[in-house]
This record gives sequence, C-alpha cells and structure tokens, in this order.
Amino acid sequence: MTTHTIDPSLRRVPPFGGFNLTVLGIELRRMLRNRRTVIITLILPALLYLMIGTNTSDSTQTEGSGNVSAYILISMAAYGAVLASTSGGAMVATERTLGWSRQLRLTPLSPIVYILLKSIVALALGALSVIAVNVVGVFNGEASMPTHVWITAAIIAWAGSVVFGAFGLFMGYLLPGENVMQVIGPLLAGLAALGGLWFPINSHSTLGHISACTPIYGLAQLARWPLYGGAPHAVWVINLVAWLAIFVGGAAWQMSKDTARV
Amino acid sequence: MTQISLSGATGTTAAAVPAVQISGVTKDFGDVYAVRGIDLALNQGEIVAFLGPNGAGKTTTIDMVLGLSQPTTGSVEVLGLHPRQAISRGLVSAVMQTGGLLKDLSVRETVAYTASLFADTAPVEDVLRTAGIEPIADRKVGKCSGGEQQRLRFAMALLSDPALLLLDEPTTGMDVEGRRAFWSAIRADAEKGRTVLFATHYLEEADQYADRIVLISQGRIVADGTGSQIKALAAGRTVRATLPAADASRLSSVAGVESVDVRGDAVYIHAKDTDEIARYLLTHTAAHDLEITARGLEEAFLSLTGDDHDPTTTTSEGVSA
Repeated sequence: MTTHTIDPSLRRVPPFGGFNLTVLGIELRRMLRNRRTVIITLILPALLYLMIGTNTSDSTQTEGSGNVSAYILISMAAYGAVLASTSGGAMVATERTLGWSRQLRLTPLSPIVYILLKSIVALALGALSVIAVNVVGVFNGEASMPTHVWITAAIIAWAGSVVFGAFGLFMGYLLPGENVMQVIGPLLAGLAALGGLWFPINSHSTLGHISACTPIYGLAQLARWPLYGGAPHAVWVINLVAWLAIFVGGAAWQMSKDTARV
Repeated sequence: MTQISLSGATGTTAAAVPAVQISGVTKDFGDVYAVRGIDLALNQGEIVAFLGPNGAGKTTTIDMVLGLSQPTTGSVEVLGLHPRQAISRGLVSAVMQTGGLLKDLSVRETVAYTASLFADTAPVEDVLRTAGIEPIADRKVGKCSGGEQQRLRFAMALLSDPALLLLDEPTTGMDVEGRRAFWSAIRADAEKGRTVLFATHYLEEADQYADRIVLISQGRIVADGTGSQIKALAAGRTVRATLPAADASRLSSVAGVESVDVRGDAVYIHAKDTDEIARYLLTHTAAHDLEITARGLEEAFLSLTGDDHDPTTTTSEGVSA
C-alpha cells in the first residue's frame, strides 16, 4: 500500500459467505481436543451400553429381528448422537460469552455460514459417537441383529440427532455461559428416560402418552424401527419434525434477538 | 460502490470518499436515548479520538459504525458502503480491550481461522512475525498474558489491511514506552490512508496522538476539533476568592469574565485574563484569600461533558458542534 487513499472497490468479498475448510478443520480439531466433550459423547454412551446392554440375563432374548442387547445398543447410539449434537450446538454459548461471536461479526463470515459450520461440527461429533457405540457393540459380541439393521439404525440415530443440534443452538443462545452443558446434560438424561431410551415405556399408559410428546421419543422410536420392520408410526415422524421446527424456530428467534452487546 | 470517484494511487484525501459518514444518527433502546443526533465525517488517513465519559454514546456509535447495530434514524456509511458491506470486504477492523478470543485455540490457529474468512490477507506466518507473537504461536490463547492477547487482537485486526480501524481504549495497561511505540506504528499506517478512530477516557492521550478530537456527551457531539482547538476551549484561568454575599451578576459584568460560580462564601471566576479580575476583586470588593489556577484539559473536558451542563448551550462556545 503506497496510496494515500484506499479504494474500497478494489477489495473483494470472500466466496460462500466465508465458508472454508481451514475453519472447518480447526473447529473439528477443537472439538476433539475438548476432554469433556470426548468423555461425554464418545466414551459415556459406549460405557452405558456395556453396563446396561450386556450384563442382564435377558440381553440375549429375542427382540424384533435381533435381541435385547441390540435394542439397548441402538438406544445408546441414539443417546450418544443426542448428547454429541447438543454439545456441538451448545458451543455457541461459550463463544458468545467469550465475545468470539462478536469478533466473528467483524469478519466477512455470514451468520448463516457460522450456523452451518456449527451444524457440521455437531453432526460430525454425532457420527463419531454413533460409530463408537456400534464398534464397541460389534467387538463385545452380545448384540445380534441383521447387518442392514445395524446400519440403518445407526444412520437414523445419527441423522435424527440433527434435531438436537438445533436444540443445542437454542439452549446456547438462551443460556449463555461457558458451562451450559452442565445444565443441559441432566436435562437430556431426563428427556432420554421420558423418550424411552433408558427403559421401554408402555405406549398405552399415561406415561406413554406423556412420553410421545417429549423430544427424544420420535428419534428413539425411529432409530429402533429397523429392528422391527414394518411401517413407521406417523406419531414418531410428527414428533421428530415438530421438535425440529420448535428448536430451529427457537434458535432463529434467539439469534435475531442477539444484537449488539454479545 | 460505483459512485466512488477515486483517482487511485495518486488520490488525494480531499477527493476521497469519507472513511466514515454518520448522518443524523439517533439510537434509542426503548426509553433510553443513547445517541441523540450525531453528524460526523471522518476523512481517510485521520487519527480521531472519540472522547467522552461512560454512557456518553461512544460505544453505541462505534457499534453502528461496525454494523453491529442499526441506527434508529439516520444513516452510517463506511467508505461509501453499508458497514456490513465494508466489513465483508475487510475494510473495517476493531480491537476491543477484552474478550473476542477463544481460550482453547492456539495463537496460530486463531490467526489462521480469522485469516481464512477474508478474501485477501497477508500470510499467517508473516502476520505472526510482524506482531511479535511467533514465539508463542503454538501456545493456547487461554495461557497467554493480557499483553500477548492484546498483540494477538491487533494481529487479527490488521490481517485484512483495514481502511478503518476502531480501537477501544487501546493503550490501557501499556507503559510509556509501549504507548509511544504503539502510536508511532498507528501513525505510520495512517500515512498510508488508514483511518483510526479510538475511544478513550484520557484527554492527554487524545491530545497527544489524535489529529482530531471528537468530544461526545449525552449522545451528542459537544466539540469537534484539533487538540489545540479543544484546548482553546479550556484556555483561561480560574480565580477563587472568599467573598461573602458575592453579587454574581455584578461580577459577571466585569470586563473579560466568562463565568461566575458562587458556592457559599467562595466565588469562582473564569476568565482569560485573570490579572484584571484579581485587581478588581482586591480593589473594589472585600474579597480575600485569592487563588489563581490554570484550567487544565481535564477541567475543560468535565465542563464540556459534565451532567450539570446542557450540551446544546455548551456547544455555543465550542469550535464546531
């Protein structure tokens, strides 16, 4: 620069709203370096599966096209995916508290691309969590189900967890703080119980009706659906889509309120 | 962008589009009127101090220049563009005093992350070297000292070679030597056309390093001029005397008196030539215990921005409001 004035028309705008692989790579590495994230999302669900799904006397009893152990394996994979996606989304809470979100708004990065990046990171973590539980399940040998059920159940558990990426974002905007997962963790454990991930809930009981309205229910039912085959219940899909809409709407609403001083 | 008529490399400041153009801007948050009507144009290459007490509207105005919030009325343009467009071209950067960093990234990652978001930046390693943070490049940001973090913030802000740099209390915590080095670097960049707007509480610093001081109080600009013009506002001295039952209106009518404050038995008279006032007081009144003091910049600052003064009347003696 040897000029005395600056011609703004010579400056370029980055393509794709600032999206690039350098940022994605740093975000992914960052996530895997976080010891608590790794313990909660990669180790805990696999450990829970080993504790619940392989030690009971009925774990080898038939359940659908597989056994009880397989049923619990799918549930724990779904739980892991939920935890992972939520923590991925909830990272925004820390970033807002530290003023990093504000810093990013002084760069060409578009807010939509920022959310997209966070979603990719959340889904990547969810995938790792699902893979971890399933790999442990394969090596443990207790769970048994047809290969296509292993695969479709894992994919549904992972893909459905996008609902919780939105949930994490919503919570991250709603509850700023560096340790927002300490609040959300117990909440998710409760919702997982209500949604039928910890133990089966009789769908005709009062608890069953309550369960059908909670956010993890749809994901839990859909993830285990390949084990039974047939057509999925409309309620499951409606539950999943409705909660996705609620969480995306909530996150968008909080983001639009998120003006100047954060 | 198309209306900009710059003559490129040989352009002169006069022909250039203003770095910042704030026109009739107000900003309120519900019932709180943070900015009550500001018009301000900054030329390219100017170093401008934005001076005012807390709550004066400095931060609100800066946020609008950065496109972080929208004016309630009026418009803000940065180099002829909407602030957000200017930012996406890397034309604007800001350095805040605190925050804005992720503790779990390394220094190098932070610079690389930020650099990757712009269309054009200097190479990361060069930037680390220039900022003097190459030796700590692999250190986690959370483990860096306050000074190291501040150098990192500057490195990030300069990545895109911004045309406008906004600084919030930039030299807080720096020693005299550091402050001097900092400002000479800022000055060198301003000569290449970069405009610098810095918020500060320190009048001395504004006077020493800024080409221009914009004084803001209660959401309005109360004075805008060079350091010496601002100082002229503060020119003169104050005579303090003990004078029971002083007649303020009679004292005000004495030639050369600018203002008179009566506080109990004490009277404070402000004037450019206080010798005449002192002579008058001693020969025509019962005043005693005279003290004559120079009005410092701090005092001028307080009188221009103080709560007990209506900013609209204060500007009448101002350089240009």
